[in-house]
Amino acid sequence: MTATITLRPETPADMRTAFAAATTELLDEEQSTALVLADVSAQFFGEAKARHPHRVVNVGIREQLLVSAGAGLALAGMRPIVHTFSAFLVERAWEQIKLDFSHQDVGGVLVSVGASYDWPAGGRTHMGPGDVALLDTLPDWAVHVPGHPDEAAMLLRHAARRSGRGYVRLSTGRNRDPMPVRPGRFHVVRRGEQGTVVAVGPVLDDVLAATAGLDVTVLYAATVRPFDAQTLRATLGRADVVLVEPYLAGTSTRLVADALVDVPHRTLGLGVRAEELRRYGEPREHQRAHGLDAAGLRASIDAFLAPGRR
Amino acid sequence: MSLMTGDEKHGASATSTLDVLWVLYDRVLDVDPATADSPDRDRFLLSKGHGPMAYYAVLAAKGFFPVDWLPTFGTFDSRLGHHPDRLLVPGAEISSGSLGHGLPLAVGTALGLRAQDNPARVVVLVGDAELDEGSNAEAIAFAGSIALERLTVVVVDNRSSSLGRRNGVEHRFAVEGWHAVRVDGRDHAALELALKQPAPGRPSVVVATVEPKEA
Repeated sequence: MTATITLRPETPADMRTAFAAATTELLDEEQSTALVLADVSAQFFGEAKARHPHRVVNVGIREQLLVSAGAGLALAGMRPIVHTFSAFLVERAWEQIKLDFSHQDVGGVLVSVGASYDWPAGGRTHMGPGDVALLDTLPDWAVHVPGHPDEAAMLLRHAARRSGRGYVRLSTGRNRDPMPVRPGRFHVVRRGEQGTVVAVGPVLDDVLAATAGLDVTVLYAATVRPFDAQTLRATLGRADVVLVEPYLAGTSTRLVADALVDVPHRTLGLGVRAEELRRYGEPREHQRAHGLDAAGLRASIDAFLAPGRR
Repeated sequence: MSLMTGDEKHGASATSTLDVLWVLYDRVLDVDPATADSPDRDRFLLSKGHGPMAYYAVLAAKGFFPVDWLPTFGTFDSRLGHHPDRLLVPGAEISSGSLGHGLPLAVGTALGLRAQDNPARVVVLVGDAELDEGSNAEAIAFAGSIALERLTVVVVDNRSSSLGRRNGVEHRFAVEGWHAVRVDGRDHAALELALKQPAPGRPSVVVATVEPKEA
């Protein structure tokens, strides 16, 4: 995992467009690449399907088959990219991921859209905040959470060209600028002494706004599995760690505990709360409701780092 | 098979598959221990992983692993579990046990071979009760709609589905465009003929009738 991000001359407008462009390039470049869809995003791949009719497969609205067919392609020696909404990819087809990829011990790349609340008007049926926590029950899945379309394209290429199992979590939420991402490593955005804030993927801009004026280290994670314990330890000042994740709150807290097993420390896990909001509206409203906007983050971080709390 | 003990509750399930498995490995499939890792080998996927004693016995008889592994069946140090693990059993294409996975995996495997212009066949064995799993419905409909002709399903029909299937198992496939035949699951000549019968332009299913609870 030594590759660094190479910025594209023209940044795609969003992560899904970046995914489509990068996947189409992979299909053109790598004869072993196959794409499996379940209708979602099929509109992006008409030309690729025309060029590679047997390597672009749309199974229709059949998500169990989507994942199993991807694993079957891997059994036949192909490198599958399997794509749909996160709720249907990771949650609906969970046993297929567990058994047909992990238990069979075959590789492939799962790419989700929809993230936690990208389409709040669609309601709970189209929300998938538990995806990374579910994948955490299985060994050896690399989990990438890009925060920018350029990062999404780079991380997808990285995942597709290695041999293991990878998950790329796309979202409509994004940061203004890409970070110099290295897969598997955290990027040190800035250094401080009074604590560490780990920002995962598209929450970085809000984390930077929330921590303005605070003497804290900010680490940026576009790959969360493996968890870069080395950088966390190497940059640790006061051993107070705040995790800000765009999926289920606290998903990575155990990995902080593992990384700092020999260091007395405190951890605050911020993210999407498990309780259902039962609200529609816009992503920004859900972000605020979960305390993940800059103001909400600042309040949580201030309370956690307050002198009286240690 | 008698060398393997400890999973007697699946004894009838195991014996129901024995003749089909023997005919496949003895007369139909282009795979043997020497070609077990060849990209061009035919693939056999045992989806009905319950009661794999017949499967292990046939693989051992064909030399994929020593017969003296069979008495270790189900023990801590054995490679032979009550459900097969492809990382432990030479010749096993998939790990199975949870029903409803083999046929969808076979669809993907057939897609992968097709994408590589590999003419190898993919044969998957399922039970009639296993077809109750909804994942199979997805796979049957999809394979029929894209005419996945290198795929063959063998359904061992010992009428163990709790609610049965109106119009028979083969109708379930035929309505999705599959070539479907039913044969006596103990008749080796009939099984061989059905499994070698070409079905140009569509996937095929061979329903092998076996008496319920026959041991």
